[in-house]
Amino acid sequence: MVVIDDIQQASAAVGSDRPAPAERAELGLGHPADESAARRTLRAQVRELERQLADTLIAAFPRTGVDVAVPSTGRGPRVLDLAELEVLRDELAEKLRRARQTVHEAGEQEARNRDLLERMLRDPKRYRFARLPNRDLGESGCGVWQVRPRLGLIGMLAGWWHVKLSSGCPLVAAVRAPRQTALSPRSMRTDGQT
Amino acid sequence: MKDVDPDPPTREGWVDRELLEEFPELRLLTVEVSAPARRRTTPALRAQLRMLSNRYDGAQVITMRRQPIPHAYRVFFRHIGLDPDTTRTPVEGAAVERLRSGGFASRGRLHDALLLALMETAVPVWALDADRLDGPLGIRGAREGERLGADDLAPGLPPGRLVVADAAGPVAVLFGDIATRSSPHADTRTLRLFTVQVAGVPAIHVEESLWTCANALSDRS
Repeated sequence: MVVIDDIQQASAAVGSDRPAPAERAELGLGHPADESAARRTLRAQVRELERQLADTLIAAFPRTGVDVAVPSTGRGPRVLDLAELEVLRDELAEKLRRARQTVHEAGEQEARNRDLLERMLRDPKRYRFARLPNRDLGESGCGVWQVRPRLGLIGMLAGWWHVKLSSGCPLVAAVRAPRQTALSPRSMRTDGQT
Repeated sequence: MKDVDPDPPTREGWVDRELLEEFPELRLLTVEVSAPARRRTTPALRAQLRMLSNRYDGAQVITMRRQPIPHAYRVFFRHIGLDPDTTRTPVEGAAVERLRSGGFASRGRLHDALLLALMETAVPVWALDADRLDGPLGIRGAREGERLGADDLAPGLPPGRLVVADAAGPVAVLFGDIATRSSPHADTRTLRLFTVQVAGVPAIHVEESLWTCANALSDRS
């Protein structure tokens, strides 16, 4: 797998530190064949960066907030010139760096949360009423780990605490139901009956 | 009306020389088929789309971008200045639409046949009215003053925009809109199906895509 350093090295080799036009002419870089070869190299880099961006996005699942979009100029399909390909390559490399950083930071946070969950399970009394959603552990679903007292008030007074995992996402019907049954001023008839 | 072979041969279109130097593996393939007598979709085609719908869920659509053929089209989109997360590749666009609407919606036989070919092979196929085309199709950059279509209201094309063209001019933007003059309509008797092969897409998938579409449009199917 090509790491970001390799990409940056490749970027530097192809054109981040491009010589000035006069130097380019001296070096023979102004020749169409050289430009064509440089475009081919850039396209190969774009292909590799696109693959790595896809891998990063998939590896990040189910986390959200990993931005991999690199907006185009909106000029429609066309043959990109050398400068446009360089800009695209650099933007993709930067997007990849940021996406990996986001995933890395999220991974570290999730590791800390998993550690916290272990401590909650070992000694729930120390983490009274603590809540830890599954998504903060890098898992999908709506489950939430919660430290709760056994038998409600009795447990609170007696110091009986345990960790429970809530049963998941609330059903849409269950969320809507209270609204439908709740009495609103409009649903009340003028005679006071509903 | 032209005589159409029941098992039509695939023909290779042309690609502008300069474009071919930039994208040596870019190809355009076409096939001509009779427009189906009945424009309504068939029960078999609808059943196939329903079955295909069941293959796609959220996770599959996300991981699709790593599969070889969708990835090849994504990369080509990048290479021609399109952002595949904004202007989605055909297969990803159809897959996202399937997630939004809960299934592949049937919208007539031609639409369904094109969609079936796309989702079975990940290679997009488009259809044009063959009787309104002038000569073989190819890919080139738009020229100064060209429009997408013949009438005055047709949208203008900036020079260099990649288009699919016949001898008379552009008939479609590459991976984009089709000119009204070339679009299939109620009186269309012969369809010219075309597809675009890019680097990383095996020829067998391209042939398969055209064949799947032609077969779904055939009254023998």
